[in-house]
Amino acid sequence: MMRVLAMDTSNLVLSVAVVEEDRILAELTTNQQKNHSVRLMDAISELMDETGTLPEQLAGIGVAKGPGSYTGVRIGVATAKSMAWSLQIPVIGVSSLEAVAMNARGFSGLIVPLFDARRGQVYTGAFRTKDWAELSVVAEERLVLLRDWLASLKEQAGNERVLFMGEDLRIHRETIAEQLGEQALFAPATHNHPRAAHIGLAALGKLAEGGHPHEMVPEYLQLAEAEAKWLAQNPACGVKE
Amino acid sequence: MKNRKPSRYEERVQQAYLAQQQSGRPVNILGIETSCDETSASVVQDGRTVLSNIIASQADIHKRFGGVVPEVASRRHVENITLTIEEALQEAGKTLDDIQAIAVTYGPGLVGALLVGVAAAKAISYARGIPLIGVHHIAGHIYANRLVTEMEFPLIALVVSGGHTELVWMKEHGHYEILGETRDDAAGEAYDKVARALQLPYPGGPHIDRLAHEGTPSIPLPRAWLEPNSYDFSFSGLKSAVLNTLHNASQRGESISPQDLAASFQDSVTEVLVEKTIRAVKEYGARQVLLAGGVAANRGLRERLSKRCGEEGLPLVIPPLSLCTDNAAMIAAAGYISYQKGRFARLDLNGVPGLPLS
Ligand SMILES: [Zn+2]
Repeated sequence: MMRVLAMDTSNLVLSVAVVEEDRILAELTTNQQKNHSVRLMDAISELMDETGTLPEQLAGIGVAKGPGSYTGVRIGVATAKSMAWSLQIPVIGVSSLEAVAMNARGFSGLIVPLFDARRGQVYTGAFRTKDWAELSVVAEERLVLLRDWLASLKEQAGNERVLFMGEDLRIHRETIAEQLGEQALFAPATHNHPRAAHIGLAALGKLAEGGHPHEMVPEYLQLAEAEAKWLAQNPACGVKE
Repeated sequence: MKNRKPSRYEERVQQAYLAQQQSGRPVNILGIETSCDETSASVVQDGRTVLSNIIASQADIHKRFGGVVPEVASRRHVENITLTIEEALQEAGKTLDDIQAIAVTYGPGLVGALLVGVAAAKAISYARGIPLIGVHHIAGHIYANRLVTEMEFPLIALVVSGGHTELVWMKEHGHYEILGETRDDAAGEAYDKVARALQLPYPGGPHIDRLAHEGTPSIPLPRAWLEPNSYDFSFSGLKSAVLNTLHNASQRGESISPQDLAASFQDSVTEVLVEKTIRAVKEYGARQVLLAGGVAANRGLRERLSKRCGEEGLPLVIPPLSLCTDNAAMIAAAGYISYQKGRFARLDLNGVPGLPLS
């Protein structure tokens, strides 16, 4: 029986889970906005003890790889890849947006998770699912001005309902309702947190693909500000990503 | 919770520690350092012998920005961390099975950068069930000396780098008392700022040092001795005096020899650093003087301190350049002291940008 440890620290919510095949053995999700650096390893240790799992029994590790808070994403990715490296097991990165969107499996319509990215911007993407099947990507994840994003969603969705998800909806709910009216649905509080169990199960399904710890890097969806500025001033050097 | 049951991790760490103590075998510590722009990992045996010391420098990346950009540094750390650690083990001819503890810098430094090393160290410590040791970056710089020669107590350590200027008294292993520190710019910072004013490339320290050796200290510049009893430092006044000198000369249409200006600046910095160190040695008593930190690479400082220690008959230890700049071997060396005392960090260890040395 393959066991996977999964974690998400990419935004304010902390979620950790231990899953096995198609069972969730334990999951801890808190929205107390405590420091992930302080909390994460204790949460992992607690959950591993709770489920009687020793580190060497793990077959892989799943982690939310971003987008989100740069520091939060890095804490999760650095922890996951270092643990996987020292146990010589694969580490699988799952999009932090997709981790939230997975809460809406079963919904027929457009699924749109979003995280606030300040200055009117959001990290977002659009997904679709049918009869509990895996999500398919309708619009690649991106960093975009919310107003522009809503305009393009309106075109894409046609008559379909659009389900908006995520803790940061509280910030943007009004704008969304203004622009999309009745077409917009808002996920209830139970569905807005990322759940590490989703990440763990997704990772389980991808363990065979490998996922070498050295290659595990965060997905920030944008360059560091200094790099972006420098590239703007030195266009000949091009974007290397 | 006070009387909670120990976790499996805590039990494993205790078992591993006891087994190691009973075995009497050498202790290999894996050091991790990510406090600024170097991703470094190292294996050090018994706190004295460097088996490997890998430094993935980002200097070239940050050069284009004219200084270290924290976000860029943090991103590179997370990309490089496991690779760097693996390289350190390979070069040491060891595997994680041969490692008895993980020592990591948890402050002071850039918080985002520190967090990557701390997260990695905690993850490895947890996965392997071996002790985790949090190390103060300055303690690391001081312990770089122990990789060269045994420390003799009490001692005075002068730690000078881009981020630090500290005079530390140690009466025994693991005991630190800060006698003085900078009230404004670190010495290395002053070097970088003066270098920029002289239009020298970043990082400017080595360029000033080179120019200083071609010039004479003929331009009068202030010495910030501060209060008569103070061991503190201040370099911002000196930096302003250099900028004023340049400004006034250009207004009068005169040219100033950059060599002489560099020599005069360096003369002021090193005189204050060296004389305060010697005074501390006399007041507190010391059997050894240690020079540590990136600015220890500065020839002017090395020469002056060597000369004065020679005059006073004091043994002076200066580590080789590779151990002066940020590296993980010094962190592993400092961590060994905590290992011997059984002083381990818990899994809630955090990166602390303004961590005090005590
Ligand atoms: Zn340093």
